[in-house]
Formats: sequence, C-alpha cells, structure tokens
Amino acid sequence: MTTTDFTNGDPFAGSYDTTEGTVYNLGGGDWDSIAAAPEGENERIVVNMGPQHPSTHGVLRMILELEGETVVEARCGIGFLHTGIEKNMEFRTWVQGVTYVTRMDYLAPMFNETAYCLSVERLLGIEDQIPERANVIRVMMMELNRVSSHLVALATGGMELGALTAMIFGFRERELVLDIFEMVSGLRMNSAYIRPGGVAIDLPNGAEQKIRETVVLLRKRLKDTSDLLVDNAIWMGRTVGVGYLDLTGCMALGITGPVLRATGLPHDLRKSAPYCGYENYDFEIPTQTSCDAYGRFLNRIAEMHESLNIVDQCLDRLVPGPIMIADKKIAWPSQLSIGGDGQGNSPEHIQKIMSESMEALIHHFKLVTEGFSVPAGQAYVPIESPRGELGAHVVSTGGTRPYRVHFRDPSFNNLQAVAAMSEGSMIADVIAAVASIDPVMGGVDR
Amino acid sequence: MSGSSFGFFGTDPWWMVILKAVAIFGMLVVLTLFTIWWERRVVSRMQNRIGPNRVGPAGLLQSLMDGFKLAFKEEIIPKSAHVAVYWIAPVISATAAFLAFAVIPFGPTVSIFGVETPLQLTDFPVSVLYVLAIASVGVYGLVLAGWSSGSTYPLLGGLRSTAQVISYEIAMGLSFVAVFLFAGSMSTSEIIAKQQPIWFAVILLPSFLIYVTSMVGETNRAPFDLPEAEGELVGGFHTEYSSLKFAMFFLAEYINMVTVSALAATLFLGGWLAPWPISLWDSANVGWWPILWWLLKVQLFIFMFIWLRATLPRLRYDQFMKFGWKILIPASLAWIFIVATARVFRDDFAFSNQQLLIAGAVVIAVLLIGSWLLQIRSDRKQAAIESEREQELLVPFDAMAGGHPVPPMPGQVLAYTPRRVLAAQSVAAQVIPPALDSTPTEETPNA
Repeated sequence: MTTTDFTNGDPFAGSYDTTEGTVYNLGGGDWDSIAAAPEGENERIVVNMGPQHPSTHGVLRMILELEGETVVEARCGIGFLHTGIEKNMEFRTWVQGVTYVTRMDYLAPMFNETAYCLSVERLLGIEDQIPERANVIRVMMMELNRVSSHLVALATGGMELGALTAMIFGFRERELVLDIFEMVSGLRMNSAYIRPGGVAIDLPNGAEQKIRETVVLLRKRLKDTSDLLVDNAIWMGRTVGVGYLDLTGCMALGITGPVLRATGLPHDLRKSAPYCGYENYDFEIPTQTSCDAYGRFLNRIAEMHESLNIVDQCLDRLVPGPIMIADKKIAWPSQLSIGGDGQGNSPEHIQKIMSESMEALIHHFKLVTEGFSVPAGQAYVPIESPRGELGAHVVSTGGTRPYRVHFRDPSFNNLQAVAAMSEGSMIADVIAAVASIDPVMGGVDR
Repeated sequence: MSGSSFGFFGTDPWWMVILKAVAIFGMLVVLTLFTIWWERRVVSRMQNRIGPNRVGPAGLLQSLMDGFKLAFKEEIIPKSAHVAVYWIAPVISATAAFLAFAVIPFGPTVSIFGVETPLQLTDFPVSVLYVLAIASVGVYGLVLAGWSSGSTYPLLGGLRSTAQVISYEIAMGLSFVAVFLFAGSMSTSEIIAKQQPIWFAVILLPSFLIYVTSMVGETNRAPFDLPEAEGELVGGFHTEYSSLKFAMFFLAEYINMVTVSALAATLFLGGWLAPWPISLWDSANVGWWPILWWLLKVQLFIFMFIWLRATLPRLRYDQFMKFGWKILIPASLAWIFIVATARVFRDDFAFSNQQLLIAGAVVIAVLLIGSWLLQIRSDRKQAAIESEREQELLVPFDAMAGGHPVPPMPGQVLAYTPRRVLAAQSVAAQVIPPALDSTPTEETPNA
C-alpha cells in the first residue's frame, strides 16, 4: 500500500503513495500567493506575525501585509493549538468529558465545565434537580473565574503595549483567585470541578472565609491596577479609537462579550437567558459606547467589580445542603475526603462498598467504569463566559458516551473581527486590537 | 572662547592618556553590569518581586554571569543576512557608545602619580557637539543591523530607529542651545565651570525638561523603545542577533543610558559640582570627592529611566514622532527665542533682571488666558457633539442603517410591525425555556 522513497537523500523524509481512497494534499495555506508580490509592487512587506511572537496570545498567527507601518491586509491563521479535545470526548464517559472541556479555554475553565454540564443536564432532564448549593457554588466559581480571566486580559494586554507593571499586577491578583480554586477543587486550573449533576466536592472548611477576605483584597488591588492605566495619556493614546468595531460589525461577525458591550448594547446571557439561578442575583451589565479598545478595557474593569458583587451575594446565599444531585444513577458514587495520604474516597464509603453492600459496590463499579447513559437527543445551553457566548452543543445517541460535543467558543468567533478592526491602522494597533479581543487560543483551536 | 582654559588638555603624558582611557572603559563596563542589576532590582521592587539575589552579594554578580552565558551561546547568523554589514553593525554601536565618554568630566584637576591632570580624558571647544556627532554614528549600528539581518522585524526596527533618533537628536540639540547661550561655550568643562553659583537646570528649566525627554527617545528606552518594541517587532533591530553580537548591542544600550545621563548631569546639574548642602563644605569641589557627586547625579537619571520603564506603556510610532516634531521641537525653538531675546535685552539694552521677569510674567499670563479661552472653545465643541448625539437618538431606530440588521440599543424601540406581535404571541404560547427558543432540542436522531 505504501512505498518509501529514499532517493531524495533523506531516509526519514520518504514519500508515501496511497493507491486507494481520496488523496488529501495538505499545503501551507495561501502563504505562497500572499508572499509573492505582484509585478512592479515592491513597497509591500508581508509579515508573518506568529505563531511564535510575544504578543499573539499564545499561538495566533497573523499574516500582515504592510505598506510602511500601515496594515493593508490582516489575516488570522489558527490551528496551532489544536488538541482534538472534541474528538477525544467521543471516547470517554459523560463525566470524564468535564476533564477535557476544562482544558479548552484555559483561562476560563469553570465556564467550559458549566457550559458542558448544563447541556448534559438538559439532555438528562435534571435541570430542576440540581441542588441550590451546587448552583450557588457554580455561580461563585464562575464569577471568580471571570475576574481571573479579565485580569489576564488586562495583564497581557498591558504587557503587549509595554506596561510591564500592569502585567505583574494582573497576574499577582489572578494568583489570589487561583489560590481559591486550589483550595476548593485541588487544582489551580483545569480543575474539573463542576460535574453533571452538581459539583465534585463541597467547599472545604475555611473556604468561605478565605473567599470573603480575597474579595475585599481584590477590590482594593483592582483599584491599584486600574489607577495605573485608566486616564493614562499614553495608554489612552494607544487604545482610544483603536480596533473600532461598531454594533453593526459585531452583529455581522457574531461578536459577543466585552467587545459587543463596548458598543453600548447591554447583551449578557446572564440577564437575557439566565442559567444557574443568575436571575436571583442583583448586578448590572456595564457598557461603553466608544466601540474601541479603551472601551473594552474599561468594560472589563467594570465587569470585574460586578463579578465581585455577585460573589458577595453568593456567599450570603450559601446554606448547607447537598452539592450533588440526589439521583444515585447520575451522582458520582465516591465520597471524597482528605486523609493522611491525600485526597481519596472516604473510609466510610470504602467500608460500605467493600464489606456491607454488594449492590453499592456494583453500582460504584458500573458508574465509575462505564458511566451513566444519557437519553438520545441534542442540547445547546449558552452561557456568558468572560469572552462572550460560550455553549456546548452536545449530541447523544443514548449511550454512555457523547456522539458529538461541539463548543461554540467566543474566542473563535471574536477572532473574525481582527481584519475588520486592524486593516488600515498601524502595526502597533493590530497588537492593541487583538489584545482587546482577548482571544484564548486553547479555546479557538480546541 | 579663550584657549587658556584648555591648558590642561592635550598636555597629559602618553601613559596618562592610556591610563584614563582604560579607566573610563573599565568604569563603563562595570557601570553597565551594575545598571542592569540595579534596573532589575528596582523594577522588581516596584512590581512586588524580589529580583536577582542569588549570584554574589545581593545578586550583584548576576549580570556578569549573564554576560558570560551570553558570550558562550551559539551564534546564529541568518542565511539571508548581509554578513559583512551584519558583523560590523554591533561593533559600530558599541564603539560609538564608548567613544562618547571621552569628553565627559568626572571631576576637577587632581594629581595622579605627581602629574596634575583633570579627571576627563579630553576636552575641546565643541565637545558637546562631538557627543551629538558620536551619538549619530551609533545609530548607524542600529540601522545597519536592521537592514543587514534580511528579516522583516529588524528592518522595521531599523527604520524606526533611524527616524526616531534623527527627530530626537534635533530636539536634543536644540535643548543645548540655551545652555550654550548662557555658558558661552560648547566645552563640557567650561559649561560646568559656568554653573558655579546656580545650575542650568534651574535657570533653563524648559531646556532641561526637553533634554530629559529627548534623551529617553535617543536611547530607545521605555516608553520610547519603539525600535525594539517587543510587543510588536519581537526584538526590533536585534531580533536576528545572538551571542556576543547581541551582547554588544545590550552593552551599547546601557552605556548610552549612562552617557546621556552623564551629559544631562554635565549640562544641567553642574556636573561634578557638589549639590547645595554639601557645597557649603569647603573641600567639596576639590580632589577626588566630586566623582561621588557626579556618580550620584548620573544614578539619579538612571533611576528615572528605570522608573519610567516600570510605569508607562509604550507609545505608538506616529504618536511618538508627532510628540517629537510638533511639541518638543517647537517648544525648544520658542524657548530659545525667549532666552535669546532676554539676553539681547539685558546685554544690549541694559534692561534689569527685574524688568525681564515682569515681561516674562506678562507673557505667561497672556499664554494662560489664551489656553483658557481655547479650553472654553473646545468645551463648546464637545457640547455641540454631545447634543448632536442626542439628536441622533431621537431619529426613529432603523435596524438596517448599517447594512446589517442590529438589535435596538437601550432607549431605542423597534418600529411597529404586526408580524412581530404575532410572533411574540406564538413564542409566549409555547412553554420553552428562554435559552432554547432558537435551538433544536430533544431530537432523537437514533432513538
């Protein structure tokens, strides 16, 4: 079926000739046609910015055609962080899927988990059975996550425009939030904490107190960070009027999140299509009318303050109760506890399944190895992630594994705006525009 | 210009010249290592970090070790590079950086091995112009580096640095003019001597501010670090450089920082002259002590460089050029005009200082009133724009105005259509969760 050709001198670069099926040729996109300048035109420079570049948010590749310092054409090249998460999930149980989706938009893991779990729960028809405490914890984790994600947007955006101290401050504050995640879920990122039916484990002792203190500290420190940049003449010079995209542009390109809200439209799924009980919280949707990078920056700061207000309300609403659905056919069977040798099943649970109830052992074994079945159908529940509308389109054929899980990741859609925002501007404005979109390539490429 | 004041220069024995040259070279290298360490420590403190503190006492040897590491790194020369130029560029940069220091005075005349000699390698009637000239030569290093690398980012960085340094050299040179007018000399040692009662930074404050601003631009430091803007051009002109050649650019950048700081101290802060409370001490300005005052003044400027870097974002290229050409240079010219006029009035028409001050106060008052009036005018314009915006909101909402349908903003309402009412009723009639109304659910493809 295959022949290996050693005649070109490199034994490890043999060619493969397939004799059956469709032949797909993978070329390097349209680089050749872009790089080859038309006859008589030599003022144009083509810059291949990224995927290795300090300001492309990871591995975004931008192909810029420049005339002097002015960008004539901007194209995005994506796919450098493709990890096949969606495909992998088709070979794992519904619960294991959480561990995958949390790695997509790695700055907003709680949102990925929630979007996925809400869709799975809708398919299971158990949306009304999620315990109140689980919902409050979910909201609290998401809002803390929104703060940490916006802080990174601020920090990396600052760094890309040369504000080094803003970068360090942003990451320093984010660390406070990650400490909470570590305390609650055991992991700083990718915590797989939110599960179909509730959350993985209850808040540990002292967590509420720590969150309360952190919120106070964050409010104080957010002021420091925004003092550095808000009304800073150089910062405004770099961002005001830069990356302009008005409501029409946002609508045409499917842009959501802070970019959309910076046009003045108060569109936020927490208000317009509430989930996880958001209708019970008192908060505002901050908007700006400037449609530019500075407006998005101000909007993110305002959103962080709103998120902290929601976290405060969550803490007040936390009452003791179950954190997982009562249905034992869905709830994860283990009862985790922290022992001398680390986290694991609680001694009582092991005692019960190993020596008291054979049915409990079988139940545990079946759920852990095979997982629960989800009725056939499809569901899509969008939520408001820090970057915009995030939703998981989940399709089941009735088995213990998803037939297909597809994420509508806002970073991916928002990246479409790069050309509209930056063509005709200077090369430095491209950086500011992309930073104001705040794309996370993990979410774009998945 | 009297030739007598240069009596000491050019009369040093040959070994003294070599001794001074080697001492300056050594001091610059050590100062560079120190400045790198100092910058990292200060920036760290400003950012709630600790900074390098492992190698040597308080991490002082960190930059030395980094230098060693850099020297032993693999040297990579791009295939498309123009090799000869690529080689010579860092050499030009580093050499020029060292050369400029030849005319910087560190102190008064001292006795070294029984020979009376000033603490300055050499001096001549136009030594400040010499510094400017050498700085221009140094730019060739950056330009050639950018051009010869055969790569896009360095090319853009090189272009930026050419334009930047040319523009800022003009502002820098103009800021010297007032100093020359007051000192009556372009020699560094004479200029220091003329600042005996009061520093030029005080009497020529605008010149001083313009110089301090343009020296940051001249040395490509934040917030004017556009030629190597790492957020845009990766490393700018030195993107394709590695190992020792990169180290030379690095060295040149830090020496240039010291040079412009030393020049600022010389021209505006009285050079090696002791600052006020210390100057009351009789022997403050004799012997070897002045080197300390000089060093402190230089460090003051270097600290300012570091502080700026920790605080400010980077400017955009066009804004930076606009700042240079439309603000710094005209301001410089206006200030020179004022200084020259005042001097002519005082020297040729015998106006007293008091009369000149009064005239100055009148001019400032007129300027203030003028700017106040301008402010009022721009406020009115702003108000007009605001009211225009409000007028726009009164126009009936047209969802297709931009060519693509948009939802109404707060305060806007969709025009009445009977179909929408019907659609809303039919949606309300179905009991579907709000999030679902546009998406298919619970379909059973394989059930």
